[in-house]
Amino acid sequence: MVRIRNLHFGYSRRVPLFENLSLTLERGHIYGLLGKNGAGKSTLLKNIVGLAFPQAGTCEVNGHPAGARLPVVLEDLFFLPEELHVPALTADQFVGYTAGFYPKFSETQFHRYLADLEVPRQVKLPKLSFGQQKKFMIAFALAANTGLLVLDEPTNGLDIPSKVQFRKTLAGALSEDRCMIISTHQVRDLDSLIDTVLVVHNREIVLNAGLDDLAEQLTFGTAGPADGAGALYAEPSVRGRQVVRPNLGGAYGKVDLELLFNAVAGESPAVVNYLNANPVRHESAV
Amino acid sequence: MEFKDNEAIYLQIAGYVSEQILRQPWSPDEKIPSVRDLASELQVNPNTVMRTYEFLQNQGVVYNKRGIGFFVAPDADARVKQFRRERFLQQELPGFFNTISLLGIGFGELQQRYQEFQAGQAALIPATTDEKQ
Repeated sequence: MVRIRNLHFGYSRRVPLFENLSLTLERGHIYGLLGKNGAGKSTLLKNIVGLAFPQAGTCEVNGHPAGARLPVVLEDLFFLPEELHVPALTADQFVGYTAGFYPKFSETQFHRYLADLEVPRQVKLPKLSFGQQKKFMIAFALAANTGLLVLDEPTNGLDIPSKVQFRKTLAGALSEDRCMIISTHQVRDLDSLIDTVLVVHNREIVLNAGLDDLAEQLTFGTAGPADGAGALYAEPSVRGRQVVRPNLGGAYGKVDLELLFNAVAGESPAVVNYLNANPVRHESAV
Repeated sequence: MEFKDNEAIYLQIAGYVSEQILRQPWSPDEKIPSVRDLASELQVNPNTVMRTYEFLQNQGVVYNKRGIGFFVAPDADARVKQFRRERFLQQELPGFFNTISLLGIGFGELQQRYQEFQAGQAALIPATTDEKQ
């Protein structure tokens, strides 16, 4: 679906943001894109949707260069940026002007999503609160039924019930021919929703791994002061030291995404090196 | 659904499905929710629920009618108890042993308390299944 090869990009020639970055995204998955502030999450997304252009290397969507913005690519792609600028239209007017660009747009779904997310249809969009605007655009984005859905910090500004509804809606909207990529800082908002985690750090993708695979490779837990041996990464916490260890026992726990992120986006490459040296053998790809 | 840290989510969902079967909202040969519906309800990735259903299918708890969906197996109750037993012995019992040995609670005391517990259960609900929780 998305194929990035040896991407070089920077807003200034002297300060590269990405160097030799490669990444492949497939249909049927929800990817979670994580990175520190300024690591380039949004910029990477902009390269994917054709709003920023590679300085070197390629970024292709469905085999076409994203930067060419071909209609055949754009009609099957929806990008929801973090900051929204909504026109002075009601929901129905917005659909009237915009939905035609998306051949698979479903008005029935759109109305259901709006109702699920409790967004009024008769109010002009700029009169809605930021959270309501965001939910409106999420409903539109999902109803557009594009093969590629790119969401930049979609849960920012959503209240707690809306986050729950967002997860329900998204989980119900994934199908085998859709690919969703979500960037976020709020790891806990999404940790059971995404199936593959991407971490952008130090100008490249340092981690691109299925949560299932990670659970086989690593264990996450608390260690006493005495038994920190063998830990790939450790950080202090109230419960004792939180550690990431190689999964040698074959136990199969839940991946602690926050801890994993700190381990991968930190100074030490121990976790990344371990993962690369001990890949999971796949019996079947889902 | 609130997930625990020490067990894979797909297995926790398997536990949830089993619970529905043991407590009988979902009866034998009844269709269970589609992958998409259960994923939406539990706010988890559909691929995870698919993994749960494949796991339960391998355990003989559910069966798949191609193109229609997953159904509760006729002997699901026994199958569920069997794999829940395994899960309890592997996942929960070690922690339980750890705690009682740490606190010096002997088997005599446990036995007495367990008998009290059983008596309490029997007084509360006469003649139900011997479900252990």
